[in-house]
Amino acid sequence: MSTITIAGPAGAEKVKAPPLRPQNRQLAILAVLVLIAIPLPLILPPAQGAVAVRILIFLLMAVGWNIMSGFGGMFSFGHAAYFGLGAYTSAYLLVKHNVSPWIGMVAGMAVAAAAAVLIGYFSFRYKLQGAYFALATFAFAEMLRLVVTSSAFANKAVGFTVPLIPDSSLWMLQFEADSPAYFWVALVLAGAAVAISIVFLHSRAGKYVTAIRDDELAAASLGTPVMRHKLMTVALSAAITAVAGAFYTQYYLFVNPELGFGSAVSIQAIVPVVIGGIGTIWGPVVGAIIVGSLTDVTATLLRTPPEFLGFLQGRSGLDVVLYAVLLILIVRLLPKGIVGTIAARWRR
Amino acid sequence: MSETAQRAALAPEVSPPQKKDRGFLGRAGVVGGVLVVAIVVALLQSGSGLVVWQSVVTGLLTGGLYGLIAMGLTLIFGVLDIVNFAHGALLAVAMFISFGMVQATGMHPYLTLVIAIPALFLIGAAVHRGLLSGTGGSSLENQLLITLGLSLLLENGLLMFFGAEPKTIALPGDFQFPLLGAVVAGSRLYAFLGAILLGALLYWLLRRTRLGTAIRAVAAHGPGAELVGINVRRIHTLTFAIGTACAGAAAALAGPLVTVTPTLGEQFNITAFVVVVLGGMGNVVGALVGGLLIGLVEQLTTIYLGGQSSLLGVFVVFILVLFLRPQGLFGRKAA
Repeated sequence: MSTITIAGPAGAEKVKAPPLRPQNRQLAILAVLVLIAIPLPLILPPAQGAVAVRILIFLLMAVGWNIMSGFGGMFSFGHAAYFGLGAYTSAYLLVKHNVSPWIGMVAGMAVAAAAAVLIGYFSFRYKLQGAYFALATFAFAEMLRLVVTSSAFANKAVGFTVPLIPDSSLWMLQFEADSPAYFWVALVLAGAAVAISIVFLHSRAGKYVTAIRDDELAAASLGTPVMRHKLMTVALSAAITAVAGAFYTQYYLFVNPELGFGSAVSIQAIVPVVIGGIGTIWGPVVGAIIVGSLTDVTATLLRTPPEFLGFLQGRSGLDVVLYAVLLILIVRLLPKGIVGTIAARWRR
Repeated sequence: MSETAQRAALAPEVSPPQKKDRGFLGRAGVVGGVLVVAIVVALLQSGSGLVVWQSVVTGLLTGGLYGLIAMGLTLIFGVLDIVNFAHGALLAVAMFISFGMVQATGMHPYLTLVIAIPALFLIGAAVHRGLLSGTGGSSLENQLLITLGLSLLLENGLLMFFGAEPKTIALPGDFQFPLLGAVVAGSRLYAFLGAILLGALLYWLLRRTRLGTAIRAVAAHGPGAELVGINVRRIHTLTFAIGTACAGAAAALAGPLVTVTPTLGEQFNITAFVVVVLGGMGNVVGALVGGLLIGLVEQLTTIYLGGQSSLLGVFVVFILVLFLRPQGLFGRKAA
């Protein structure tokens, strides 16, 4: 889209403002969304505030996964690896060395990105694609889970409990239980992640990456540095996912091998994006809101089920059943996801 | 991803330079050699021949079951190009069917085979017709996601209705018997023999019957099979159903060996995937051999690392095979 202002015909009263470039338009929409979200924790009851934080964690994971698997076309089944590395690195530094979670978060991003580059390098070098790549990423995440479960260094199956400090402290990322500050921190992190994904998609690197996704051979033959851009993409994706992991640990004050590296974590990164729309900017946002709210709906349903669902009282599993049904329905009926389908209609 | 790229992704044409290929016997020799080394290392590690022998026996017997589960999975992949993430969950469903029958009627656990196999056959057919049929041309991601969704649905459905507490299926008159120093539970031996028998039956079905010929024709070239009058959609459904029935059979056989939980399918699923890749995706005999190998790997890893890490060795093998020989050890493509 052109940014050059074309002067209206002579004598016209108004000179039409130039249309925003898509990147800036999307960033503007993001800014508006964030502004709308800021007062939410002050309005919502505390229980809903917790749901809102959970949505933002889902959002971070979804944005991370979408960069690698949506924009990059590398279908990852092992994002738990990066989530877990983020969670464990920050938890380890905090518990063992009393390092601020912020520094731990950055360290976790670095560790996760390094792991992603390593795994990615070998996978791409040996030309793993499609199902094989998905299975390999899954295997790496599971291996990390098993290693963590059996190493004393990471407290084995027990995991880490974040020590409570007496006062609220932004530096230690700890506030009173229902403090809106958690939401605001998560909002800043998630907003930044979406902004990064917007900028990345429209950057030169992002264009290379989508070109490689669409036809790797053609892109390579035109001189695209394929390997470097694929590695860049997986590193960025892993780093964002690691932020989700680190924040998760600080918010729930606890992490263990299953919560950090379990296959359910990988699924939690995938499902919102599929529902919202793989490879779109807003798909992860829409998907995270839907999936996050669903978990709340089902939790309420299980606590106080209506008459005909009485047998569900105290049973677990309903939330996953619901989002599994949603997942199947979306894939069958709207294969492009909600946002993808709407965008396709719009263009027509 | 374009259509052709997907095809390429599903069946990567990794053909190593001819002179590097050692041929079937050569590869078998290499695998055998590695196994011997692994066993010798295990021997040095544990210092007891008896422990290692026990592991080898247990590994091989368990491996037969893995082989049967993986045969179903690899058949579905070879014919339909579907990576079925729900295979393990379907296995769990079959286990609960088996458990339910034993609980309700007090019948012998192995008798539930005659219910679990047809039940899973029908469920498989229904799943294919209802969920997967018609996604043949759609992207790999979508099929992955549908089977993933299905597995979540089944596992958590089981969790909702049966709860998370582990259940056991007791085998009346189970016994232990010595085998050259190792101790083998009768249930394990029966499971192994049953798995081998059913595996052989499946092989016979594929090789010697009209249905088997049709399935292999569809696997080799769908459009060509269609041209000579084979109803490809029907074959697809039947194949998916047969593959699922394999999981059903394995479940009824393995019931007395495991504690039954809604999520037990996950672990079998992972192992089965490794076996499938090891044996060559779509290769039914490879699956059986791969199953035996993975059974051994699992037990030997336990000797090396102890306790909970048996899967770690399985994954290491998996990654090595994916990287070095993605077409599988025995490298043939279709069933």
